[in-house]
Amino acid sequence: MATELVVGIFRSEHDIVAAAKKARAAGFTIQDAYTPFAVHGLDTAMGLPPSFLPLACLGFGAAGLATALSFEYWATRIDWPMIIGGKSYSAIPALIPIGFELTVLFASVGSVLTFLLTRGLIPNPEKVPALSSLGGLNDRFVLALKRSGDAAALRRLLSDAGAVEVKEESLP
Amino acid sequence: MSEHVVSTLRRPLIDGGKDYARVSEDVCSPIERGPTSAWYYSIAASSTVLAIGAFLVFDQIWTGIGTWGLNKTVGWAFDITNFVFWVGIGHAGTLISAILFLFRQRWRTSVNRSAEAMTLFAVMCAGVFPLIHMGRPWLAYWVFPYPNTMGPLWVNFRSPLLWDVFAISTYFTVSAMFWYMGLLPDLALVAERAKGWRRMIYRTASLGWDGSMRTWTHYEALYLLLAGLATPLVLSVHTIVSFDFATSVLPGWHTTIFPPYFVDGAIFSGFAMVMTLMIIARKVMNFEEYITLRHIDAMCKITLATGMILTLGYCTELFFAWYGSNPYERFTFLNRLFGPYRWFYYTMFICNAFIPQALWSKRVRATPWIVFIISICINIGMWLERFNIIVISLHRDFLPSSWTMYHPTYIEIGTLLGSFGLFFTAFLLFCRVLPMIAISEVKGVLHYARRPEEGAHGH
Repeated sequence: MATELVVGIFRSEHDIVAAAKKARAAGFTIQDAYTPFAVHGLDTAMGLPPSFLPLACLGFGAAGLATALSFEYWATRIDWPMIIGGKSYSAIPALIPIGFELTVLFASVGSVLTFLLTRGLIPNPEKVPALSSLGGLNDRFVLALKRSGDAAALRRLLSDAGAVEVKEESLP
Repeated sequence: MSEHVVSTLRRPLIDGGKDYARVSEDVCSPIERGPTSAWYYSIAASSTVLAIGAFLVFDQIWTGIGTWGLNKTVGWAFDITNFVFWVGIGHAGTLISAILFLFRQRWRTSVNRSAEAMTLFAVMCAGVFPLIHMGRPWLAYWVFPYPNTMGPLWVNFRSPLLWDVFAISTYFTVSAMFWYMGLLPDLALVAERAKGWRRMIYRTASLGWDGSMRTWTHYEALYLLLAGLATPLVLSVHTIVSFDFATSVLPGWHTTIFPPYFVDGAIFSGFAMVMTLMIIARKVMNFEEYITLRHIDAMCKITLATGMILTLGYCTELFFAWYGSNPYERFTFLNRLFGPYRWFYYTMFICNAFIPQALWSKRVRATPWIVFIISICINIGMWLERFNIIVISLHRDFLPSSWTMYHPTYIEIGTLLGSFGLFFTAFLLFCRVLPMIAISEVKGVLHYARRPEEGAHGH
């Protein structure tokens, strides 16, 4: 089912932040914004929750550390016991470097994959980026509001906030 | 917007009063036009050198690494020197992209993309050398712990050489991902501007990026996380490379100063290589308004600072060789100063400790061709440093009866040149197919120290 939108196209990042604040204050639903770079302050203006990725990253990192240390210990103590340099089997310090590397490896690969999969970023030559014809990848700042209730008030709010163009669009 | 007060102390990062569309145009157009004749000449030269190197690598695998000038006393020489040299070069990219990001050094946006690309290519060059050194590179997978029928026989998890395997492969993976994540928004933009099959390829590569703010929020968090992870990672990589030497018993290698000294040297050489490439690239690609004199100035200052730390490292080594009163250690350093390889040591000292002192001068830092020459000297000096550490310590060790000299064969020299061929060929291809400057990040700092109405409107 297509989502009907009213979009405002802005030329500066300050205008879109102000417009997003106004639209939220007026009780309209912000579908999304499309910008050429990460506009600071727009996320709070849109009321977006903070990212969950740091938590995922912590989990993956802990898994990496646990994997590395337990595997190293199992391989050199249980499966094929080896004494290296006269140290005891349970001398942990020499196991730390690989433990560190795998922590970083698991944490970063895990976070990247989580990001890509949750945001639906997968290779697809047929997929046209949403509303890309409006210039949101290049030099325009596109604020997309859900069309509901008084569409005229919506359009007025956007043009009052400094939109150079206000259009009706739909997202599949 | 009257609330925006612009400090007079801050200078804009990007020159030329550009707006967003102009940035897209400037950075994308070189990869949309046909290559220039200078590009063709460069790639012809670099790929010829690469081909010669590849032939020599084939030859030394076919015949065996007995084709090298190694002997019973000097078991490590050119090969490991090249490895440490290239890994060192590979440190500047992540330093610029991760550490300077955490320190909020916003000038990094103009140079991070190509510095990261350079890192990847340098790590590839580095990886080639241990691979050749194995003698039987088709068994390279033996370095990884995998279930096998030989025991079960596991790799030695307590060996620094194995730590190296994990450090370098993790470093390459994380750097590549970091770089690719940074590319996503720019690939989407290039796809938007392209037509036909080019559009299909860039669109596939951009993973359907649409610039949605909901994605940007997570993206920013991810970028910060990767920077936070890559920072200790980059420090760990050269630390572990230095452990290859420091955990041995050889005088000149067995020293606790090695980890910080290696990491610092790596950053020093990496920045020299970034400047070598950037000074050419800004000229050839017309990026002088993006990679400004201010960027060169900042990189010169980092080079100078790391160069001073390195000089301190050299002096500390000499001091402790004398103060430590270990006769073997003392001999090794006397041998560096007065032995048969002394000119290598003096050249290294001049290139790394004395020549960079010129960077104290503001006029030198503002003159790209002088900076270019200094950066070449540092590249040479840093290669010699690794050669000195490795060969001078080995060739006269505890037993005078086994003292000998090491001379590289043409095969070893050709392989080193071949690795430069690989590096420059890869870099030239990168310049042709991917935006060399992080467009979306530059747009984010475009108004730094400029009034908001400037650029965004008008022009």
